[in-house]
Amino acid sequence: MHFDQFLQYLISGITSGSIYALIALGFTLIHNSTKLINFAQGEFVMLGGLIAISLYSAAGLPLIIAIPISIILVAIVGIVFERLAIRPLRNSSNITLIIVTVGVSILLKNVAMILWGRDPQSLPAFTGDKPIALFGATITPQALWVIAVTVITVVLLQVFYKRSIVGKAMKASAINPPAANLMGINTSNIVMLSFAMSAGFGAMAGVLITPISMTGYSVGGFLGLKGFAGAVLGGLDNPVGAVLGGVVLGIIESLSIGIIDSGYKDAVAFFILLLVLFIRPSGILGDKVREKV
Amino acid sequence: MVAVRALLKTRRTGLALYGTAMALLPLMFSNDYYVKVLIILGINILIVLGLNLLMGYAGQVSIGHAAFYGMGAYASAIVTTKYGMSPWFGLLASIILGGIVAYGIAIPTLRLKGHYLAMATLGFAEIVHVLFLQLKDITGGTDGISGISTLSIAGFLFDSPQKLYILVWIVVMAGLIISINLANSRVGRALRAVHGSEIAAASMGIDTAKYKIQIFVLSAVFACIGGSLYAHMAGFVSPDSFTLGVSITLVTMVVLGGMANVWGAIIGASTLTILEEYLKGYEDFNMVIFGLILVLVMVFMPQGLYGAGTRVIGLIKRRFKLIPDTAGEESAAS
Amino acid sequence: MRKWIVLALVLSLALFALGCQGATKQTASSSSTVEAKKEAYKIGAIVSVTGPASPLGAPEKNTLLLEVDKINKAGGINGHKVEILIEDDQSDPKNAVTAVSKLLSEGVIAIIGGTTTPSSMAIKPEIAKAKIPQMAMAAGIPITAAPDEWVFRTAQSDAVAVQKVIDYMVKTMKIKKFAILSDQNSFGQSGTEELKKLAPKAGLEIVEVQSYKTEDTNMTAQLTKIKGTKAEALVVWGTNPGPAQAAKNMKELGITIPYIGSHGISNKTFITLAGPAAEGVVFPAGRALVPSSAKGAQAEVINKFMSGYKAKYKDNPNTFAGHAYDAINILADALKTAGSNNEKLRTEIEKTTGFVGISGIFNYTQKDHDGTTLNDMVMVEIKDGKWIEKKATEKK
Repeated sequence: MHFDQFLQYLISGITSGSIYALIALGFTLIHNSTKLINFAQGEFVMLGGLIAISLYSAAGLPLIIAIPISIILVAIVGIVFERLAIRPLRNSSNITLIIVTVGVSILLKNVAMILWGRDPQSLPAFTGDKPIALFGATITPQALWVIAVTVITVVLLQVFYKRSIVGKAMKASAINPPAANLMGINTSNIVMLSFAMSAGFGAMAGVLITPISMTGYSVGGFLGLKGFAGAVLGGLDNPVGAVLGGVVLGIIESLSIGIIDSGYKDAVAFFILLLVLFIRPSGILGDKVREKV
Repeated sequence: MVAVRALLKTRRTGLALYGTAMALLPLMFSNDYYVKVLIILGINILIVLGLNLLMGYAGQVSIGHAAFYGMGAYASAIVTTKYGMSPWFGLLASIILGGIVAYGIAIPTLRLKGHYLAMATLGFAEIVHVLFLQLKDITGGTDGISGISTLSIAGFLFDSPQKLYILVWIVVMAGLIISINLANSRVGRALRAVHGSEIAAASMGIDTAKYKIQIFVLSAVFACIGGSLYAHMAGFVSPDSFTLGVSITLVTMVVLGGMANVWGAIIGASTLTILEEYLKGYEDFNMVIFGLILVLVMVFMPQGLYGAGTRVIGLIKRRFKLIPDTAGEESAAS
Repeated sequence: MRKWIVLALVLSLALFALGCQGATKQTASSSSTVEAKKEAYKIGAIVSVTGPASPLGAPEKNTLLLEVDKINKAGGINGHKVEILIEDDQSDPKNAVTAVSKLLSEGVIAIIGGTTTPSSMAIKPEIAKAKIPQMAMAAGIPITAAPDEWVFRTAQSDAVAVQKVIDYMVKTMKIKKFAILSDQNSFGQSGTEELKKLAPKAGLEIVEVQSYKTEDTNMTAQLTKIKGTKAEALVVWGTNPGPAQAAKNMKELGITIPYIGSHGISNKTFITLAGPAAEGVVFPAGRALVPSSAKGAQAEVINKFMSGYKAKYKDNPNTFAGHAYDAINILADALKTAGSNNEKLRTEIEKTTGFVGISGIFNYTQKDHDGTTLNDMVMVEIKDGKWIEKKATEKK
């Protein structure tokens, strides 16, 4: 393998990987305040992309306006989802809630199919699609956007969790909700906020990746799976871990295409994921799980 | 109502009632279609029974049982079409394959907790799915395998849905009896302890790892048998039938019915299978309605249909002062 | 309290949904409300209306409804109305297996379907047992392989499309080596297998075979591998959006070898999604795509179908819609002379000669249940966002 080829595999991997990373962040956000896995996370991404497309091409709004509207609308979907389906079940088992998110994802996906039809659609790249040459390999400007937004987001999230009172409250709510409540934290609002943020981040991811990968009603499941895998690989409760996991996943896929065979790329990626979990049961950067007796 | 509940209370009568009812069902339908749906239902119940033991009693979530379902189906398909052996060898092969693979997977995987375990089982299933697609010489790739022969005993061919139905339901009843006995045995109690707190269970001298692995293998074998029966009914297998979506549906059946209860598994599998079939007429709205119903049931009956059922019965009893209040509370909590 | 608000909200939504459903059902059956003197012909169809294969199946369903409506408006077949029962297999053959029993129990006299090769294969044995004709709309080779007594096909077999592509590479492009990038679904894999089989016979060498998952976000890694080979052309076999993704990624990587597509991209969606990257892409397609390439009668049939479909569904029909058109109309033709007797019906379908359809001129015989030939496909090039016929004699 030549160096420029290797570099191209790496860039390809980082491009896909940063998409997975951005989605993985959404999983982390909800997990960090509820210990839940939201199976509808991919649908937020899909909705974000499709709403932005409609606002841009059907309503004729410029991207700079279409994008925030799309993010806000999806965040509202997240809030409604939490208020109607998660909050009434706050005393139920985790698996019950996960099945609720499965139901919501089926619902959102098929409503989207009715509203937007079956054909995938696309958005123009934010700043042109002329590829940038890099030591014999190329990268698209849109991929740089995805990478930049991912990095900025994860830095802001770190600050948010470490420094802001809301962020700390979020972590506390996840670790021990009744205790957090006793400390004067309104855990119910915290959970709602985390759903709104997670849905908004999902939508942002959807808008950012649509120029690269196109969006149709059915992409949510696939993207959600990759995001979940990335988040688990890196460590579910750590935003940095989620991003790391997503990017590593992308690079593994890309390199396994280069070295092995594209038919086996998902098998290779999941195999490595399993190996990592067997060695580090909470992901690369995950906290060690300690069980209280 | 009391009479029914009293009857259900004694396990044997419940079982016998259910068994007879199911055996009589196909007599009502001469129609192949209904019988086929009942066969699929039987297969789903079998798999969900196993998964229910794993999730409800051992507290281990698996989002990868479609892999075992598929492995069972493929093992049967390959043994009968490629090697021309008797379908019974196919069934045997799928049980052995499922058991060995499940054992191999369980040892490292079941050390994981919560979502990490779920991800690991999911990842395993995705790998198996890729193998179904890519090992073209063995699995036929996307085109799958067709021409799988039907089961037979001493020259008696299970070649019509009605005949196969009998066999499938004998297997399901066997699975049911195994599950009930297991749930109420020493192992069942140990498993519930594992679900409650693994550390506590371990310190009581329960070999938690051993029980977890055993139950995982058992549930995988149930799924493999289901797959094998499916292959011989349909005569055709392809990777599209054993996707992540199928794994998730199976988990949904367990939770919808109510975990840690054998009857919950049956109710969950039956409700979802029949609902899916019934909704097909609604075309584009089919899955919208399905998703809505799923969310509604979970929001209004977080303990699942079985839990909600016993609760309603409890309420009625209290209302009519059939039993003291405390008993009602107890049944509601279970 | 809140729970009950949700319930009320949801119930009203559900009622709304059911209302919509009722409405569509009514339009579907409105034509058959006219009292028919003779018993209606019941025809079943198993189509992938939802799920991954829905870009193929949904237009097929639309077409079936449209054509049956047309037949009934014209007075039916010898006075018999046609009733079409469409089952959705959700792109999973498991559902097709139960759907076929459902249709058979309704007493259908023929079954159209499935949309995909696995579904077509899954229902084949049951239909053969029931001894009624099956009109498959999928391209996989095994469908019409023995035993093929009862199954016919209206999609051009993969062998036809692939041969067209190979001829183009050998005769027009005069190249020796090419690479394949295909979808991991049945459409892509069936095409790949056929390419592997037919290319060596034409003296072509396949230097690289890569694949992608239907929903993959990025194919630059696969294309990087192809870039490193000596391929003189890239054949991409899949349905949207994959091939559009591949076209865009090729441009990004600066890969300049010609892009040859499959008939899976014979729709406007490909051009919309790939944008400028679609320019210069060449692919095989039925003559419906460039009606000017069809002669006389076929041009008329194609134009009439296209305008009818557009008027009803506000959308262009794709290749797969054409398969459904051919299936229902060939059946209707055979029913005219044979009536509903299964043996007679089959024999009559086998006698179909010179049937002018969307996907080609169909000539079935007792041995050939594929019907179409190489002549029924043309190579099409995308130029300025439009399709033009690429004449075989043209020099590059």
